[in-house]
Amino acid sequence: MSGQVSQLTPGAAPLPPVLPDAPPPRARPRRSRHRPAWEEPPSTAGAVSKAVVLAVVVLAVVFPLYTVVLTSLSTQAETLRAGGLVTVPGELTLNAYTQILSGGVVTRAALVSVGVTAVGTVLSTVVSVLAAYGLSRPGSYLHRPILFVFLITMFFGAGLIPTYLLVSGLGLIDSYWALILPGAVSAFNVLILRNFFMGVEPAIIDAARIDGAGDWRILRAIVLPMSKAAVAVVALFYGVGYWNAFFNAMLYINDNAKWPIQLVLRSYVLQGVSLPGGGTGTVDVATGVVTGLPVQMAVMVLAVVPILVVYPFVQRHFTKGVIFGAIKG
Amino acid sequence: MTVPLLHRRRAKPAPERPDGVAAPSGPPPRRLSRRAQIARDRSLLLMVLPAVVLLAVFAYVPMLGNIMAWSSYSPYQGFFSSPWVGWENFERVFSNPLFLNAVGNTLAITAFQLVFFFPVPIFLALLLNSVMSPRVRTTIQSIVYLPHFFSWVLVVTLFQQMFGGAGLLNQTLRQHGYAGFDLMTNPDTFLVLLTMQSVWKDAGWGIIIFLAALSTVSPELYEAAAVDGANRWRRMWHITLPALRPVVILLLILRLGDSLTVGFEQLILQRGAVGVGVSEVIDTYVYYQGVVYGDWSFAAAAGLVKGVVSLALVLGANKLAHVFGESGVYKRA
Repeated sequence: MSGQVSQLTPGAAPLPPVLPDAPPPRARPRRSRHRPAWEEPPSTAGAVSKAVVLAVVVLAVVFPLYTVVLTSLSTQAETLRAGGLVTVPGELTLNAYTQILSGGVVTRAALVSVGVTAVGTVLSTVVSVLAAYGLSRPGSYLHRPILFVFLITMFFGAGLIPTYLLVSGLGLIDSYWALILPGAVSAFNVLILRNFFMGVEPAIIDAARIDGAGDWRILRAIVLPMSKAAVAVVALFYGVGYWNAFFNAMLYINDNAKWPIQLVLRSYVLQGVSLPGGGTGTVDVATGVVTGLPVQMAVMVLAVVPILVVYPFVQRHFTKGVIFGAIKG
Repeated sequence: MTVPLLHRRRAKPAPERPDGVAAPSGPPPRRLSRRAQIARDRSLLLMVLPAVVLLAVFAYVPMLGNIMAWSSYSPYQGFFSSPWVGWENFERVFSNPLFLNAVGNTLAITAFQLVFFFPVPIFLALLLNSVMSPRVRTTIQSIVYLPHFFSWVLVVTLFQQMFGGAGLLNQTLRQHGYAGFDLMTNPDTFLVLLTMQSVWKDAGWGIIIFLAALSTVSPELYEAAAVDGANRWRRMWHITLPALRPVVILLLILRLGDSLTVGFEQLILQRGAVGVGVSEVIDTYVYYQGVVYGDWSFAAAAGLVKGVVSLALVLGANKLAHVFGESGVYKRA
């Protein structure tokens, strides 16, 4: 069941999230701030161990991010003093960022990623919304066989090799379209949206139809405004998929001037290949390795910032977003 | 669009047999010619068209392209003029020790993660559900969901910065006079490393579905049980865990159907560092044999074997779910 978000490879994408339609926790009627009378208060030991475990979990997520951000903002001297990553704030500077953003490999890669993500997300979301609405009206012509066409792609991946040969046969090697088109439609996301659209009260749609609205108008004026949460979540899934994808680029983009940010991150930070000239990183002449740890960390931060920016706006939709078991029937 | 057509929009779908085929008895509820139906649903069909075209080109054409597994494809001869070799590629696949090693690694990773990854979100969800303050709860939720949206490149790089040879842990150990160790390149602990990464990235996201299941439990059940003298552990055993059962079974089935798929990007990023002995899985094997070494048809055959077995696993697992009386992943449409 690999409902790929944006990958072409079977199973490259993680299991797509199955989102529940439970109301957000704060709206749960049963959850009051106060412990009900019948519930025994927790033992001190229990309460303490619970707090400790939760604190450890939160720290495990936050601490690595904190160190990376802090190191990216520290001076080279500070990292030498710390012997590597900086954990205690010392001398701060924005040098690393001005370095990577003043043109050169990293800047270009970031722009490529922004462009691919923007175009890809819009394309995928529009195509998916249209398909989902087109399949959501009960009894329409051929909707079952067409639905089946979508479902099959969730259960049987085409395979990496034939997909690669197809994309290269279409002449898309070294084209940005190779990063967008092969994974542009995720059947899973279409089904999430379809499920949501089918939940729109039919009486409203019928009323609009009587008033002379066609399907395009109904979609734009009624169904879409009522499904903002689902569309936002699906757009986020697509957007994150495009931004995070690196394997597609590794396959299809040989020209490293066209690399997206994730590939740059992989080769210059994870694999430690030195950045070619152009004011990106301090290159140690003797070893040829990038010694600018702050610069490397700044590349990491750059690769995650867009997600951190968008996340808070969409995050609140997760719990009320989309129906659990969207894949059913 | 005239009013009579409305009827169709609102009409209940024809009664269905359990297996989904429209009831044979009785005349069909509407008798529109095919042409009239197409005319009526023209906009709907037009809306579906772009997605269908994309799927046809980028999913179905390569699916058919799998016939190359029965040929000896060479880029110089072209797709259709390469010689056909029957089952030769499949024979090579099954007799290849490296492929079998990749299958072994894949299954080992799946099994290990089933034991050490799968229960983590359940545990976290129970813990989080017992937090009284809604603000604390939602804050923790937002934080632990976050790594799910990070790329594998970023996650692996973060782990390298924390646990690698020059990472923070080693840096601290050495400063205190201990010998360092490099978790990132040690093949013996690779399964642990992989699972740590997966837990860090996706365990938080995994709780979302369990929290949803927990939120549907009626509080009266707990109250009644408490009145009857059940303590908190008894309540968890008899109310909470049974409420989670369908979700747990559903997810187990999904995972089972996905046994042959383990994090491809995660593995390909670390294949070089720990060596192919432990990190080669089916997907990475296919990639290297085909795209890197150019043994295209052999790689396609290996990939096709995986695809077919996976399909069988999903269908089988779903069958299993029905046997257990759960609703499974999909119903017959």
